[in-house]
Amino acid sequence: MKIKPDEQRMLEGKEGLARQKAMELLVKYGDALGAEEFVDVDNVFILSGLFSYTDVFEKDIDIDAIASEYFLDSREKLVVDNVKAYTTNHLFTIDLAQGHADLVRAPQVLKDLIAATQGYCKRVGISITGTCTPYQCGNTPVFGEHVAWVESSAISYANAVIGARTNIEGLESSFSAALTGKTPLWGFHFDENRWGTVLVDMDSETISLETVMEYELLGCHVGRQVGTEIPIYPRSPIHPNADMLKGLCATGASCGGVEMYHIVGVTPEAHTLEEATGGRKVTRTVSYGAQERRECYERLNTSRKQDVDVVTIGCPHYSIRQMAQLARLLDGKRVNDNTLLLVYTAKAIEAVAERSGYNDIIKAAGGHILVDSCPINIYFPTSSVVATDAAKITYYMTGLRGFEDVWYGSMQDCVNAAITGKWEGELR
Amino acid sequence: MKKGMLHGRSMTSGVAEGEALVTLQQMSWCGGVDPMTGTVTELGHSLRGENVKGKILVFDTGKGSSAFSHATHVTRVTGSQPAGIIVKQVNPQVALGAVVMHLPAITDCNADPCEVIKTGDWVKIDADRGVVEITAQP
Repeated sequence: MKIKPDEQRMLEGKEGLARQKAMELLVKYGDALGAEEFVDVDNVFILSGLFSYTDVFEKDIDIDAIASEYFLDSREKLVVDNVKAYTTNHLFTIDLAQGHADLVRAPQVLKDLIAATQGYCKRVGISITGTCTPYQCGNTPVFGEHVAWVESSAISYANAVIGARTNIEGLESSFSAALTGKTPLWGFHFDENRWGTVLVDMDSETISLETVMEYELLGCHVGRQVGTEIPIYPRSPIHPNADMLKGLCATGASCGGVEMYHIVGVTPEAHTLEEATGGRKVTRTVSYGAQERRECYERLNTSRKQDVDVVTIGCPHYSIRQMAQLARLLDGKRVNDNTLLLVYTAKAIEAVAERSGYNDIIKAAGGHILVDSCPINIYFPTSSVVATDAAKITYYMTGLRGFEDVWYGSMQDCVNAAITGKWEGELR
Repeated sequence: MKKGMLHGRSMTSGVAEGEALVTLQQMSWCGGVDPMTGTVTELGHSLRGENVKGKILVFDTGKGSSAFSHATHVTRVTGSQPAGIIVKQVNPQVALGAVVMHLPAITDCNADPCEVIKTGDWVKIDADRGVVEITAQP
């Protein structure tokens, strides 16, 4: 790799040991990719909830030692002073709030790790957003900006919807980018790797993209068909809102590996079809009509048991608009005694929902609002019947966590299930 | 005992040898491999139930969650990592995964490694020179 003078300074340790280690790691990572140089970044989104595998951690937590090993790949304990780039964090695995202790039932070591990591983030100057959706609360890059982000759904949002540029960064590469303000210039940082290669042929007679759920079903199908290629969606008669595109990002990235896409007339690198393809021919076409839509819906619904134990919504984290919609649906209603309603959002959004009165309505109905966390990290038995409005969660619940009975539908279907305790959703 | 050679681009450095474990598929690590044991757990994967520990793992490329590298990192901490990896094509997950597992890794070979190498072959990776030596099992 070509090393610029400011990078050389860090490699020589002139900005301290931690920054030296971070730069060394980035050079190795850039070499592994085949990158030729670095690009400056001043917007980093890091993973901080590294606690899926708590068995490897000692009871007595030394957060500097843990961060050295798992953030910087260093056996030697390093004390980090401050991040160089503007940096926000992903969620912390679970919500530590006292009121949720009975609900979350987390092991003590996990709680200790999370508390220590929060302190660490604060000490090194990371803005603690605690969310998978930084673009909804305080970290929105601008068009063309080079950034270093984690979280496949957010990476897709940054690349496709905003037109910022990021590869799929991991824990060590994002933290090193935060310390150094550098990321390898590779992949999605180049124009020619952002052009669309697969055209989505949508049956406009039967497909009407008016809801988040419609975008999720579309994203699921296309993700499965294109893998990591870049799909181009045709212009839709109804202009999508941010929640719909968030759903398209989350499903395309989880059902497939879509980290970049175009919608002609909507996303910023696709004013025309020609712009979206970079003037090249697409390699193939993927069809989406009534039959594909139904197949997708049926694949997401793995349960036949009508009685629902847990309704879990807010993946990716609900926006303030979705909190408002949820409050409207739950106003004056009561969640069934046999059903748990869990609502996931970001701390910043929860604060706005609080002053807007949405939280009062949701809680009065019996719903639980959780922040800093994710529906797959809660400890209820895998024999539970789960309902959700997030296709990404059905994927992880069944594939990763081993749940057999998962229902998928709209926010309205999920609210109905929470109130009656029965699943009555259907594809309309 | 048939011998074969592949030439490719070194992703990392170092030398390793071991028995090959080969798949034509991409691999997810976070949720796809158990970092405590090295066992492949991904539903529907051709390697499900196999163990990557000490093997020369040959696959298309990485896929899935951006926590891929963290899962590989934990796999190395528990000593369950492969001896080396050969991928058909590089992507960010597998590049960072190879770095944090501290193992020799090769990509962009002159022939498709997933087709040329068979599970059970004895494979030597020299990631300092970008050379893979394959000895087929009788």
